[in-house]
Amino acid sequence: MRNEFVDELIALADADPRVVLLTGDLGFGVLEAFASRFPGRFYNVGVAEQNMIGVATGLAEAGFVPFAYSIATFASLRPYEFIRNGPALHDLPVRIVGTGGGFDYGYNGASHWALEDVAIMRAQPALAVIVPADARQARNALRETVAIPGPAYFRLGRTGDPVAGFDGRFRLGHIETLGDGADVAIIALGPMAHEAVAAAQLLADQGVAATVAVVGCVAPAPVEDLFALLARVPAAISVEAHYVTGGLGSLVAEVIAEAALDCRLVRRGVTMMPRGVAGTQGQLEARFGLIASDLAAAAVATLAGAGISI
Amino acid sequence: MTSYTPTALARGIREAVIEQSYRAHVGHIGSSLSIADLLAALYARAAVDTAGDPSERDRVVLSKGHAALALYAALELTGALAAGSIDEYCVEDTQLGVHPEHAVDGVDFSTGSLGHGLSLACGAALAARMQGSTRRAFVVMSDAELNEGSIWEAAMFAAHHRLANLVALIDVNGQQALGYTKDVLHLANLSERWAAFGWDVHTVDGHDPAALVQLLNSLSTVDGAPHVLLANTVFGKGVSFMENRIEWHYLPLTDSDYARALEELAAAREAAMAET
Repeated sequence: MRNEFVDELIALADADPRVVLLTGDLGFGVLEAFASRFPGRFYNVGVAEQNMIGVATGLAEAGFVPFAYSIATFASLRPYEFIRNGPALHDLPVRIVGTGGGFDYGYNGASHWALEDVAIMRAQPALAVIVPADARQARNALRETVAIPGPAYFRLGRTGDPVAGFDGRFRLGHIETLGDGADVAIIALGPMAHEAVAAAQLLADQGVAATVAVVGCVAPAPVEDLFALLARVPAAISVEAHYVTGGLGSLVAEVIAEAALDCRLVRRGVTMMPRGVAGTQGQLEARFGLIASDLAAAAVATLAGAGISI
Repeated sequence: MTSYTPTALARGIREAVIEQSYRAHVGHIGSSLSIADLLAALYARAAVDTAGDPSERDRVVLSKGHAALALYAALELTGALAAGSIDEYCVEDTQLGVHPEHAVDGVDFSTGSLGHGLSLACGAALAARMQGSTRRAFVVMSDAELNEGSIWEAAMFAAHHRLANLVALIDVNGQQALGYTKDVLHLANLSERWAAFGWDVHTVDGHDPAALVQLLNSLSTVDGAPHVLLANTVFGKGVSFMENRIEWHYLPLTDSDYARALEELAAAREAAMAET
């Protein structure tokens, strides 16, 4: 997904001289094309994420549109106060680009797993929070947010494989739905759409009709779309490669609670930081039930537990 | 808008700081008095060219945001803020709070959390260069602010990118909130530290605004080391009972404090008038 994003960014920079790319010394094999094409608009600021965001803020105040690139944890957590008091407070068009959501950096371990970035970023009302589901949606999201005057955070997944049956559409402040099953909604954060689609297929095999919601835009919060979806299903499963607190599941819970919807919610996410464990992304996600079979089972159990016949 | 000599502007800043902090019953007086001459030097040389194209004026970052009252005074006295607007300092629903907000005319960046300003100024200086502009970026920092690691990230960046259009003014008053810097985190060999980071270092008297103006005007602005002024200052400068006293980081003025401070400032003004 990173490569397609940078590819699109190059096209953007060709058309818009305000686009500048900063990196905190990451992006080997990813950023070279931009750097060689726009040497005057590429700065490796070194391993210094706070300064990267501060510099980006100063550039944006003068009229540039700086993209600040690092691994998601380092791009979000380390300079968080600089983001808050910088582009968020000043409403400046800084784009923070974090690569590797959830367990994408599997064997690299805890320091590299972005498990709370979405929660802290969506807490900033001024910030757009974008988690593309696949490479096509990443490209579209970049195009769709070119002109927004405020800051944005992009959480880019490791792979950009297309989500089956999804055209990659992106609209700021909206979700995208696949299917229109009325039994259960499976609401997925970005790349978790892959598992959600597979789960919907498993459910279909059992006669359960699901709607999959691809949430590529967490903020501005797609409240109206979520309301419309949650108002027509008796149960919903949220799934995210992120802590269960503060992320997509929390957003869905907010919508259900505030509108007093009659919809059972199961939040699937990461419930604790695995300690002393490295592994593949898939194995780590499976530990927390972030796989199609578990999601389908959760849907069936929830419907049965709620006494909902299908 | 009156035109001020740097010295007269500094005096006006001090008087406004005392008057407004008394009225509003707000502290940070010592920190504001400490930088009165530094701000006077910046604003007397029209660092903020309020008459010109706003996109072409120099950028000033008050990284030690807690001294915003001194900044407001400088902005008002030099016309960036309307006359009388400083009377809005710390009243209900004001734009003029204890720390500066960019919504205020003449304030480019909101500050208040220490350690941010130098990075912002680096971005401002880099932007000017990328745009082929002669704009400069000035940042006023406290010495204790150098405790923040982010300052040194920015220091490396500025030197590496040869941001000669960047000037850092450090208010070396030797004090921080709870003690003297030598007792909290000793800032020994500051000049050597900044030089080692690749900066053009000037150790100066932070209370000689005329000399500061001369120096600021003499610094090269094209492709070279960024400049740092290690300005030796006295915390609370100009009000004898505040000078070098830790408690005046936070204390507001009582009625009798206020009367004494006014007397001293009035005496200083008369002495200055007698000289001219």
